[in-house]
Amino acid sequence: MGKVAIIGVGQSTFVRQYPGSIRELAFDGFKEAMQDAQITAKDIGASVICSAPEYDKQRSPAGVFAEYLGLNPQPTFYVETLCSSSSMGLRLAYSLVKSGLHDSVAVIGFQKMSEISSAESQERMGRGGDIQWESPFGTMMPAYYAMYARAYMEKYGTTPEDLALIRVKAGTYGQLNEKAAYRKAITMEMFSDPENRMASPVASPLRTGDCCANADGSSCIIVANEEKAKAFCKKPVWIMGTGAATTAVNLAGRDLFSGLTVAEQAADEAYKMAGITAKDVDVAEVHDCFTIAEMMAYENLGFAKPGEGKDLIQGKETYKEGSIPVNVDGGLLSKGHPIGATGGSQIRTVVLQLRGEAGDIQVKDPAIGLVHNIGGVGLYGNVTILGR
Amino acid sequence: MGKKKQADDRFKKFGTVSFTSITKINDFIQYMEDGKVMATKCKDCGLIFFPPRADCCQCLTSNMDWAEVSGTGKLVTYSKLEYAPVGFGDDLPYSIAVLDYGDYKIFGRIASDVPDEEVRVGMEMKTIVNKLPNEQLNYVFQKV
Ligand SMILES: [Zn+2]
Repeated sequence: MGKVAIIGVGQSTFVRQYPGSIRELAFDGFKEAMQDAQITAKDIGASVICSAPEYDKQRSPAGVFAEYLGLNPQPTFYVETLCSSSSMGLRLAYSLVKSGLHDSVAVIGFQKMSEISSAESQERMGRGGDIQWESPFGTMMPAYYAMYARAYMEKYGTTPEDLALIRVKAGTYGQLNEKAAYRKAITMEMFSDPENRMASPVASPLRTGDCCANADGSSCIIVANEEKAKAFCKKPVWIMGTGAATTAVNLAGRDLFSGLTVAEQAADEAYKMAGITAKDVDVAEVHDCFTIAEMMAYENLGFAKPGEGKDLIQGKETYKEGSIPVNVDGGLLSKGHPIGATGGSQIRTVVLQLRGEAGDIQVKDPAIGLVHNIGGVGLYGNVTILGR
Repeated sequence: MGKKKQADDRFKKFGTVSFTSITKINDFIQYMEDGKVMATKCKDCGLIFFPPRADCCQCLTSNMDWAEVSGTGKLVTYSKLEYAPVGFGDDLPYSIAVLDYGDYKIFGRIASDVPDEEVRVGMEMKTIVNKLPNEQLNYVFQKV
């Protein structure tokens, strides 16, 4: 069985409010990926459409997009694992190509969150938890992750300032990313100024500066078999490993609150499949929906020992010049987080890095990259390992 | 046409806003009306479930007994919300939390009369039934 490659990547600019419909939004990411791959719609064997439900009115968006993007009569699939939908879509595309069923697949992630208010969006996201037993208490994403932050900080003595360092790093690189929704520099002084928005409490111990914001966006990844990749593409990037895991939706069903078991398990599967360890990773994109999420990712992926994530960020080891650059595209904290599009955007960044086409944020000569994408509050974990 | 059977939708009373009305463990609400928070226990394997379940996925049976949540648990973690989702704004500020009873954990809120400065991870708390201003029912964690 041959290898599976990524031969094209694209994403829309992530914005607070996209001036168009969801099919038009999807077109932006698709167009860039198709132009990147230098192929046409007839070269695509199937599409995988990825998003989280209830942000827009369209039921079954897969069929609508397939038509709008010129992908009829090829079959289409719809994949949903909340914020990791498009990484799960990539895993499906990998298996569709690996099995020989399709020789190439377009994975299209999208989310147009601006159709509803921020409070409505928090209510929808809260219902990504357990609607029978958690949501009636008034839950929302920042509060769930804040509970992890509380337990983590309690266990390891990590401080709010350690978390703020992660946001400062995100701001450093967000300024360089023309596709990011938030391109302002963030300083530690903002976090220590009670009048500054960054320092205002959202759900203790997390502050506004610890949280990513909603955005509208789309992404597209073109996957192909080895034969097609070699025919079409000068610099194919190979899918070396894919890992995925699930856990109890209700926090009451979990034992670990200082890390995400799904991330550990997905990483374990992906590393084994790729035949590598954490030390071999040259560049990574991790799911920093909140600063605490990136801190836990350092440890769950094996870049740092449990409790030592703060040493990585304090020593700037996760900056571009550090030993393990993480989120040098600004991460979700700078780009914004259009749920279904996020994984594809992370994958795009790592593919560009491995091709040496990342411009201002290019890490020195990376051979292996990793993408960590989490759905819900550690409900779904996806880790993908890519190589030249 | 015969008379439409009345649906047992008691679960709509659970929490500030309930997103579920019909469930096989609706008696949970009756117990709450009587001041009790209940788990379920599988008669076949003895596993205790909180939140309560109607079915045991280990035994593939539905032979459940009710078992009262009693004694105290340890506070695992919590967060105080400054913003709330749609429908919960009147409750602000409030803290959500997880309490560990050993055999099971409970996700809920910390009682609103517990001062913030007295809340500590690891403290012993008990779970009590709470009537909300809108006549709905939930359970909260109280100091012991
Ligand atoms: Zn059983």
